[in-house]
Amino acid sequence: MTPRRRRLTLVLGILAGVAIAGGLTLRALRANVMFFFDPSQVVAGEAPLDQRFRLGGMVEKGSVHRAPGSLEVDFVVTDFRHELPVRYTGVLPDLFREGQGVVAHGRIGTNGVFVADEVLAKHDEKYMPPEVARALKKEAASAAGGTRTGS
Amino acid sequence: MLPELGHFALILALLLAGLQAFFGIAGAHLRRDRWLAAVAPAVAGQFVMVATAIACLVSAFVSHDFSVRYVAENSNSALPLFYRVTALWGAHEGSLLLWIFLLACWTLAVAIGAARLPVRFGARVLGVLGVVSFGFLLFTLATSNPFLRLIPAAPDGRDLNPILQDPALAIHPPILYTGYVGFAVAFAFACAAMLEGRLDQAWARWTRPWTTSAWAFLTVGIALGSWWAYYELGWGGFWFWDPVENASFMPWLVGTALVHSLAVTDKRGLFKSWTLLLAILAFSLSLLGTFLVRSGVLVSVHSFAADPTRGIFILAFLIIMIGGSLALYAWRAPLLRSSAGFELGARESFLLFNNILLVIAAAIVFGGTMAPLIADALGLPTLSVGLPYFNPTFLMPILPLLALLPVGLHANWKRGRLGQQQRAILATLAISLVLALAVSFGVFAQGRILTLVGLTLGPWIILSSLVDPIDRWRRKLTLSRSVMGMTIAHIGVGLFVIGITVVQSFTQEHDVALGRGELASVGGYEFRFEGVRSMEGPNYDGVRGSVVVTRRAVPLGTLYPEKRRYWVQGAVTTEAAIQMNRGTNLLIALGDDLGAGRWSVRIQVRPLISLVWLAALIMAIGGAVAGSDRRYRAAARSATEEMTPASAAAQERAG
Repeated sequence: MTPRRRRLTLVLGILAGVAIAGGLTLRALRANVMFFFDPSQVVAGEAPLDQRFRLGGMVEKGSVHRAPGSLEVDFVVTDFRHELPVRYTGVLPDLFREGQGVVAHGRIGTNGVFVADEVLAKHDEKYMPPEVARALKKEAASAAGGTRTGS
Repeated sequence: MLPELGHFALILALLLAGLQAFFGIAGAHLRRDRWLAAVAPAVAGQFVMVATAIACLVSAFVSHDFSVRYVAENSNSALPLFYRVTALWGAHEGSLLLWIFLLACWTLAVAIGAARLPVRFGARVLGVLGVVSFGFLLFTLATSNPFLRLIPAAPDGRDLNPILQDPALAIHPPILYTGYVGFAVAFAFACAAMLEGRLDQAWARWTRPWTTSAWAFLTVGIALGSWWAYYELGWGGFWFWDPVENASFMPWLVGTALVHSLAVTDKRGLFKSWTLLLAILAFSLSLLGTFLVRSGVLVSVHSFAADPTRGIFILAFLIIMIGGSLALYAWRAPLLRSSAGFELGARESFLLFNNILLVIAAAIVFGGTMAPLIADALGLPTLSVGLPYFNPTFLMPILPLLALLPVGLHANWKRGRLGQQQRAILATLAISLVLALAVSFGVFAQGRILTLVGLTLGPWIILSSLVDPIDRWRRKLTLSRSVMGMTIAHIGVGLFVIGITVVQSFTQEHDVALGRGELASVGGYEFRFEGVRSMEGPNYDGVRGSVVVTRRAVPLGTLYPEKRRYWVQGAVTTEAAIQMNRGTNLLIALGDDLGAGRWSVRIQVRPLISLVWLAALIMAIGGAVAGSDRRYRAAARSATEEMTPASAAAQERAG
């Protein structure tokens, strides 16, 4: 190959590679992104019925219930305007607590209960949704003691 | 007094970094020999000052000086000595200081090595490193000073984040940062070459050992982080594709491409401008990673608003460094023509594919990491990107990359014919395929396409890496360190592929509710829960469960998973219990008290998981061996004599 053709191949190769990567990335992003909704949006019917999404808010105080000895747990997620019942089966994260922020992954059932397959609590959550962050800050301010910012 | 001394030392370091940058770059440009002579002392002085600052902060931590804000926020009187020292890099300010210190160490090493480089070129390299250091010192002093006092002093500290109180995580940041910062050296070499308007094979030989060692450190750093996530976060995952991990993985991918592209520039004098671009890119991603992880920008772009000075400074610094070097590249790269050619099937082509695929992989990770930030900035609905995006997408460039590796290893430089090497390629492929089928159906009694592909690629890469060294050894030829290092690193890649394939294909995991004496059976192992007992540590209390493990009625021992509550922050952490049995890791984590005497327990059986980290370590060892090749040092010495007049001539032409 002459240097010129080689350079041309190189440039075309890179361009093609970048184009393919960009296209595939966007496609995969569109198909696999999970959107975030708070209880008010879910109650208003904005959340999809047939798709997994992320539900975020605070765990309402006194709302965590489980049948003794069972992995199944029920709690209520609130954004201080609306509430949504959540059901989850499995091990809850260390930082899951009543009155703390939580993000649940799952889908909404026909009975209006959000069935979670994954539950993340404050620290696990790297993308703290700003809505929840703001809500958390308000809560922290009212509860006298200051909270630590993330690690 | 000591914190003020540290603060003062940092200010002096800033001034010295400024002098180092000015004398290095301007001195080389204006050819002032006395300016050039001042560069090395400035480097040494800066090192001493930064080391003093670090020592002052360590002493504040060790002596419980809670009048220093950073100490009060990240330490506690009950914190053990070891973690008081490592708490230094437990948060943003100290991490920056560590970054600066490691940069000072690398710079000192380069300054010592630069004695063998042409004077002006060496000065330019050190000058560029001075610019980087200056930026970081200015950022630290202006927005993230760790020496700020807290008045009045806190009676006690808020303690180090409990999940950071762990030996692996204590050493993870320094090693990871050593890798990050090491790419600054490659970046400085690239900028110096562009300033000089000249880049030859000797340049590649000087740059290679630095880049390879930085890459090796980064590899170990990432592996340590993954290992830590596995046992300390408590839930048995070892890679989450979370932004913090991606921030270190992107420079690694581009750095890997750079290591390979440098090989072509060294051996054949090709890919010159591409190599420069990769060097810029690798360091830019390191910068991005450093800032993104510790500054909290990743949590949300809204944190920019929370601390505007920091955010604006970061943006300005990134724009100056990345934009400046890219502008330099646009201006100077056309000067650096490659003259040689190569055929399509030649080794150069395979290394080109390697580079393109690795950069695509980095772009995919970048896209996934940045999408939520970009969506947030544009006011789009809040979204998150996770495993379902990364896992399949990432495989698209990586599978072809791995499949091309064994073929490329046998390709010749320049010429495109594989010739008799074809036999070796096909033979190793056939053996690997048989092995894959045997392991998949024989040991695990199942076979999915992706499992078979992975189990074929792994052995194929290992076997083909061995063909050439064995051949040379048979013919009693010596094996250079760089070939040895390459072979070791590629064996590491093969082992990694095997490990990750087995882990991803055959992991078994169950969350179960267990009462005292109850049994759970996972992956052929029996787990009997013996209840929990309360316990106490130096700065925490909690409960410890015990679980007896048996396999086919043979007792394998007892595991003790813990749930700790750290007193100061009240944070609860899960300490998983892990046991290795014939290459398979059994992990048990204690969940919640479910009432009625039962606990939720996560049981996970992960075969060959340790191989994944071991393989990463082997890759890094390969890098270290390759970087220590005598050729690089000898070349630097002999090139000094022939380069000095040549580069002087080039200087005249350029200037």
